[in-house]
Amino acid sequence: MLLWLIPIFPLAGFVINGIFGRSRSKAFVNTVAIGSVLLSFAWVVKTLLALGELETAHIERYFTWIESGELRIGMDLAVDRLTAVMLLVVTGIGSIIHVYATGYMAHEDGYYRFFSYMNLFMFFMLVLVLGGNYLILFVGWEGVGLCSYLLIGFYYLRKSATNAGNKAFIVNRIGDFGFSLAMFLIVISFNSLDFGTVFSQVNRSGVNGTSEAAMTTIALLLMVGACGKSAQFPLYVWLPDAMEGPTPVSALIHAATMVTAGVYMVARSWPIYMHAPGAMNVVALIGLFTAVFAATIGLAQNDIKKVFAYSTVSQLGYMFLGLGSGAFSASIFHLMTHAFFKALLFLGAGSVIHACSGEQDMRHMGGLRTKIPWTCWTIFCAAIAIAGIPPFSGFHSKDAILLAAHHHAPWMYWVGVVTAAMTAFYVFRAFFMTFFGSYRGHHHPHESPASMIGPLVVLALLSLGGGYIAIPHFLDKFFPIMEEAHDATLVAISVAAGALGIGFAALLYVFKPGLPDSIVASLRSLHSLVYNKYWVDEIYDLLVVKPLVGISRVGLWRIADAGIIDGIANGVGGRAQGIGRALRLIQSGNIRSYATWVVAGSIAMIVAMGLVGGSR
Amino acid sequence: MTLLDALLFLPLAGFALLLFLPRAQSENIRLTALAVSLAVFLGSLGLPFLFETLSTDFVWIESPNIHYHVSLDGISLWLVLLTTVLTPIAILISWRSIQDRIKEYYAFLLLLEFGLIGVFIAQDLFLFYVFWEVSLVPMYFLIGIWGHERRIYAAVKFFLFTMAGSVLMLAAIIYLYNKAETFDYALILQALSTGKLALSAAEQMALFLAFFLAFAIKVPLFPLHTWLPDAHVEAPTAGSVMLAAVMLKMGTYGIIHFCVPMFPRAAHECAPWIVKLAIIGIVYGALVALVQPNMKKLVAYSSVSHLGFVVLGIFSFTQQGMDGAVYQMLNHGISTGALFVLVGFMYERRHSLEIADYGGVAPYAPWLSTVFLITTLASIGLPTLNNFVGEFLVLQGAAIANFKWAVYAALGVILSACYMLWLYQRTFYGEASEVIKHHMPDLTGREWAAMLPLLLLMVWMGTYTKTFLPPISASTARILVGTESSKRIRVAAPRANTLLAKEAADVR
Repeated sequence: MLLWLIPIFPLAGFVINGIFGRSRSKAFVNTVAIGSVLLSFAWVVKTLLALGELETAHIERYFTWIESGELRIGMDLAVDRLTAVMLLVVTGIGSIIHVYATGYMAHEDGYYRFFSYMNLFMFFMLVLVLGGNYLILFVGWEGVGLCSYLLIGFYYLRKSATNAGNKAFIVNRIGDFGFSLAMFLIVISFNSLDFGTVFSQVNRSGVNGTSEAAMTTIALLLMVGACGKSAQFPLYVWLPDAMEGPTPVSALIHAATMVTAGVYMVARSWPIYMHAPGAMNVVALIGLFTAVFAATIGLAQNDIKKVFAYSTVSQLGYMFLGLGSGAFSASIFHLMTHAFFKALLFLGAGSVIHACSGEQDMRHMGGLRTKIPWTCWTIFCAAIAIAGIPPFSGFHSKDAILLAAHHHAPWMYWVGVVTAAMTAFYVFRAFFMTFFGSYRGHHHPHESPASMIGPLVVLALLSLGGGYIAIPHFLDKFFPIMEEAHDATLVAISVAAGALGIGFAALLYVFKPGLPDSIVASLRSLHSLVYNKYWVDEIYDLLVVKPLVGISRVGLWRIADAGIIDGIANGVGGRAQGIGRALRLIQSGNIRSYATWVVAGSIAMIVAMGLVGGSR
Repeated sequence: MTLLDALLFLPLAGFALLLFLPRAQSENIRLTALAVSLAVFLGSLGLPFLFETLSTDFVWIESPNIHYHVSLDGISLWLVLLTTVLTPIAILISWRSIQDRIKEYYAFLLLLEFGLIGVFIAQDLFLFYVFWEVSLVPMYFLIGIWGHERRIYAAVKFFLFTMAGSVLMLAAIIYLYNKAETFDYALILQALSTGKLALSAAEQMALFLAFFLAFAIKVPLFPLHTWLPDAHVEAPTAGSVMLAAVMLKMGTYGIIHFCVPMFPRAAHECAPWIVKLAIIGIVYGALVALVQPNMKKLVAYSSVSHLGFVVLGIFSFTQQGMDGAVYQMLNHGISTGALFVLVGFMYERRHSLEIADYGGVAPYAPWLSTVFLITTLASIGLPTLNNFVGEFLVLQGAAIANFKWAVYAALGVILSACYMLWLYQRTFYGEASEVIKHHMPDLTGREWAAMLPLLLLMVWMGTYTKTFLPPISASTARILVGTESSKRIRVAAPRANTLLAKEAADVR
């Protein structure tokens, strides 16, 4: 099936644009960048059609990557149903966003650099989902992190951008710390990192006391990795800052694909999680907490991209809630619909920002409905999808997760419903602030070119109708069977919550425009807490970053290293005359000190010989 | 005379040839040095195919019985290749930056290559010691003559630290000779494993520590590392490259090749302590690197951290750990060597090693920035590049031996991203000063020629380990089998040993 062709196309695009792109025309760069992703998409489609039902995984083993002792790690790629869904999402959405980016980035410097990074990202993302063992997955995992770093810091003249890039990479490294430890434990337990080998052993060994403890540790460590990549509490802090990157990057990497890698990895590891119910519960709790927590921050942000960034964190929390509740297929389903509507929200936001000449603050927008109608109504499609209004895509997937959560623990369902109301509120707050009322900015908004509107329309259609793509049915045979609990009342309640959120947003931002300010005024301290994102960044800086740098600089370097250790080392030579004189001695008479050492060596030799001789 | 002997003595012949060239012909001196080092490199490409068959052994000095005995195993094979790859690079990068006493400079570089190759192939302990000292001399002069302001201090410090260790090692070698009546490493090892040569537990421990201290200073293992930052900062670029990339491996090679196989019981007993020092070194080196204002010092402290991984891997006494340790020796040679090369390029342009003097280089030297980024990524262990494979295997081995070791050591992986990315940000990103705008041309052809082989190796070693790992595994497996089977039985009561008993009778 030549699976390796799927990632190799974008890799070739990266190499060609990276080396030759600088001196070539934009048309050349476009052709290479979009062409390589489209070829990859086409090869995915062809491969999946040829593979048919995919009852079992299709595995291709190329060569041994690392072999040491009994541990053998191969360059293996594999396609099963889960990978099939991910492949279509990644290459499909990837193609759309590449097209959009040719319009959005048309006037930017470093055009070739942008597209070569984007292609490199596609390569690593495809390796991530195609990898047949944990280490190949990890290759993709680190690679997409690198591309994220490069693209967040794309405007590298801005310190805030490169700071955000570093933060993303380093916070992800903390997650990877957990992921790596999990891999070491998997090797210790199963002597392999191959998915097939590991999972068949997990399933065969069944549940007994010791293996459950080991499984739980592995599952929790994997979760730490997933929390980094998928921006879950407490490692979510890098994602809002990642919005420093160009908007197509926010859409592709920081909304639709890379940030869902953690969800994919946990879903991929379901046999391990099924033997670690405690870890499942932790995943559900972290997901739920992240969902509420990020949603509350989203309520008060004024930067349009920041709103959607916190929304992404919150929606990823939903996916974690689904995973922890055992609803793996629902989570992957939500991953897909979220890719549609969140990519659309970001690309729409990009179109708005483009229209307002770079303005991102919604307080300086308003009334754009008539000026950029295509952007307005495509964003509306995404908004009703994420708000969970039937029959649009978000309704189907979010509902499946909430029902599973109810089955797992009813209180989680209720918290999820409150979050759903908040979600609908902040999205429509953003929508109304941007497109309704009167224009508050001082630019001359203009509609975006066709290369940007086209992708918006395609994504709008997917956001509206994507709920009818039979992902749950397709994946149900792949994942463990869930008890279906269709409760019309629960569905109705969550839909009502979404509608309530929209209504409230309309009341505050369309019908009674003065009201938000008076509410803020009466809840000043609460608003300040939420507006400032609970001061989490400041707390991390105070508790982790500053002490670490301070201790390193003063305690370790100046006192321990230069003072004590080096002091002793220098002092040994001239204890009698003091360190200062010893240094002068060494500097002025190096031949003499050489001689001293030769004498010392000779003495040592004679002593050693004497000892030996004495023992005879 | 085998290929191995030819490769060893060719640099020495080059050294002698350079001394006879007229001082004024500076271009000829450079070209000759480059030609010799390239010839050695090309010849060494044959080693992976022949290395098991290459062995020379004849008597060098009758009394004491010193042999010229050289051969290769799967570990020294790659260390020799590392040396032969890096020497032409060291010559290339000195082309413009060294304009003073050119003849002696290149002669010393070739002498250094001679000493280094000798260290890695010598199978006679005395011969090993000779090469160990021979390699020390040219580096001492490279730092002391062509270094920066505090070069004398750094050179002497480097010399004294190393000498302090090697004196102990020499004593231990002579002690062994008196017991075994040979300097031949293979014979000593055989005598030890068959029980013909029996050492009491105390003797083993003392000898182990004598060897180990010499090697640990060279590695350098925390807290014996303080000579390294000084030596690196003051050394000329090529000196830093050879020092970091190859000379530090003399220490780790000595540990894995001599210390562990000869004194397995002592090695096992000391392992928990050595591992603690290695882990402290990993974290400590990274934290101190984080706050360095000087690029070379930063890279030097990062070496302390990286070499900690090597020591950790060796003393995990697992197949993965040892393979990873050897792989990491090579990786560190490639990627840290490359970092020093690049820092040298920047110094030639801006004449400063202070990070604060840089910033905003990326738009003015895009290829230099790209190459520096790739090297940075290799150094912080990005998968598909070389260091990842080594770090993964070391940590996996450590985890098998004791899971907590892996937990602490893996903190170093997080911190490496912190200090390297921060360095990269402050150097290449942001707004450029006027000096940077006008004095940061992109890579020249000669600089490309120096960097391309290293970049190629980073990718090759990261993606296709089958070229490199199997010979390493074969050798480390032998070492492991030797230490595991003998760590219990090799300590015999001296009197129970027939050979010694007979000797004792003779003496009486």
